[in-house]
Amino acid sequence: MKKLLTALLFAPAVALAAGAAVHLDKAPDVQNDQAALQSGARTFVNYCLNCHGASFVRYNRLTELGLTEQQVKENLMFTADKIGEAMRVAARPEEQKVWLGAAPPDLSLVARARASADGSGADWLYTYLRSFYVDDKRPTGWNNTLFANVGMPHVLWQLQGQQVLNKEHKLELAVPGTLSPAEYDKVVGDLVGFMVWLAEPDAGFRKRVGLGVLAFLVVLFGFAYAMKKQFWKDIK
Amino acid sequence: MAANTNFEKYKSDGSLQGNLLEWFDARFPATSMWRGHLSEYYAPKNFNFWYFFGSLAMLVLVIQILTGIFLVMHYKPDASLNANGIPVAFASVEYIMRDVPWGWLIRYMHSTGASAFFVVVYLHMFRGMLYGSYRQPRELVWIFGTLIFLCLMAEAFMGYLLPWGQMSFWGAQVIVNLFSAIPLIGEPLSIWIRGDFVVGDATLNRFFAFHVIAVPLVLLGLVAAHILALHEVGSNNPDGVEIKKRKDVHGNPLDGIPFHPYYSVKDIVGVVVFLMVFSIIVFFAPEGGGYFLEYNNFLPADPLKTPLHIAPVWYFTPYYSLLRAMVWPLFGIDAKFWGVVAMGAGVVILAFLPWLDRSPVKSIRYRGPIFKTLLTLFVISFFLLGFLGTQPPSYAFFGVIPSAPVAQVLSAYYFLYFLTMPWWSRIDKYKPEPDRVTM
Repeated sequence: MKKLLTALLFAPAVALAAGAAVHLDKAPDVQNDQAALQSGARTFVNYCLNCHGASFVRYNRLTELGLTEQQVKENLMFTADKIGEAMRVAARPEEQKVWLGAAPPDLSLVARARASADGSGADWLYTYLRSFYVDDKRPTGWNNTLFANVGMPHVLWQLQGQQVLNKEHKLELAVPGTLSPAEYDKVVGDLVGFMVWLAEPDAGFRKRVGLGVLAFLVVLFGFAYAMKKQFWKDIK
Repeated sequence: MAANTNFEKYKSDGSLQGNLLEWFDARFPATSMWRGHLSEYYAPKNFNFWYFFGSLAMLVLVIQILTGIFLVMHYKPDASLNANGIPVAFASVEYIMRDVPWGWLIRYMHSTGASAFFVVVYLHMFRGMLYGSYRQPRELVWIFGTLIFLCLMAEAFMGYLLPWGQMSFWGAQVIVNLFSAIPLIGEPLSIWIRGDFVVGDATLNRFFAFHVIAVPLVLLGLVAAHILALHEVGSNNPDGVEIKKRKDVHGNPLDGIPFHPYYSVKDIVGVVVFLMVFSIIVFFAPEGGGYFLEYNNFLPADPLKTPLHIAPVWYFTPYYSLLRAMVWPLFGIDAKFWGVVAMGAGVVILAFLPWLDRSPVKSIRYRGPIFKTLLTLFVISFFLLGFLGTQPPSYAFFGVIPSAPVAQVLSAYYFLYFLTMPWWSRIDKYKPEPDRVTM
């Protein structure tokens, strides 16, 4: 009976897993690799931040990636004067709407918002940024196998080169870029890692605090349980 | 214990604390309340695992109120867009998460607390169903409990709008729109609730007022009533026998032990274990796999972009399934209206349990195979309804079995379980109850 109950309780989870449809490539986990996160920050500031803001993040938070304020100011701050300012786009959202048809979304939280039953937000971004292909029917000349008819052009095309869809509807590199495919995957992996950090800069600290809290609770449990035993020893 | 109020005032032993307490006792029922509700409140000595969840519900209530106070210090219920084109309410939540010292902890405790509240309350209610805790003389305790559950649903629903994410916005839009299905008054009623033709700034502000003031006040009052009523009649126990029937020479129940210190020290163990599980979620998985914080809610509310799939948070999904199961327009009224009726009835029917159950014994320990089978099926169908509520109606089990008719059968069972209870609870087999509780 108990086994049957357990099986039925977990049936939904099994059924859910069977329903996954979209295949996402696994993004590398670089949260403990400061060099990778710094490289991701450089790519983000040079390629993404021209149109997309990360308005919940202040520049001085980047010092948590092992950079000094001076380094951040000289290498990563192009449109802000003070280190405490948020990572904004120079253009206003209303202007962007007129120029681009829609204001490009803020990317502070994109790595959390894109998570789904198919995979983490990082997996989605890692797959998305490697799935652009040339499509003459689109106004930008680009399309994407993960996000059909996406409004964004392939901003990283010089690095990756130009992919096309072959006869089997698979992506194929037609014109190589400045980076080899392996190098490009590394750049995108670092960028996605940076965006994961961006979505919750306190995540690493949160987990460290959690370990301390749990250690305290384990000790507290010992005392609480001993106290209960002591008080209850006469109750029969 | 109303009869005991001020029954015996504290007499000072001459010490400073003693004199102070005597001064208070002459003016306030401090000692008699302490005794009546804690040190001389006799609870059955055979409470098991299931009896932790009442005190845990109190703990979560305190967590929610304390973290809520600090969230309100930084949160802004404002749907207008800031200079970056992001709603102020949404941005203020991220401000708490990033710029307020320890704000992330306060916020995760509150968001995890919402789910934890429903976990412990569902387990607390199920305990009542296992051991017949709703039976005479505890009907009113149970009714207050049902009202607390209703309040909790309102509190959670309105709180969920406040982060002003996509799911906040569209969830509220869907639920408030349900009221428009009520004949004649529906349309004006839904506009009156929203304060606008769509969910907007007016809705956000009034939900904020209800979430932080109105509903918590009612909730606290009901919790006080729930506990006062319980302490008047005394707690039930896993054997379902009344401990007040057998008393010692002092008039205390033979099978009762004072709540304090026995259950206070025992509940502390439960609290620590609960806090371990709670901390694991808060610190290591605050999104709860997308069930506690839905992924779509990390996108700011956008009235122009309807999400493909709008699902309520997990704790509403069994009732959401009841709502969706009604697809027939009866008596010329929209099916949506009957869905609302079914969802409401699904909660309200709980309040009638004390009179639907006709069994001569209270506890599952002495009840027969019919009860055990039907209750097991009830639990399974409740879980399945909950799961289906998270899925689009087009969902099919293993890709082949369509879920909509399954959800309808399960919904019918949900109601039939209660409605046919007067009949099957009478014809079931029973074992004789013991005179005294068993450990």
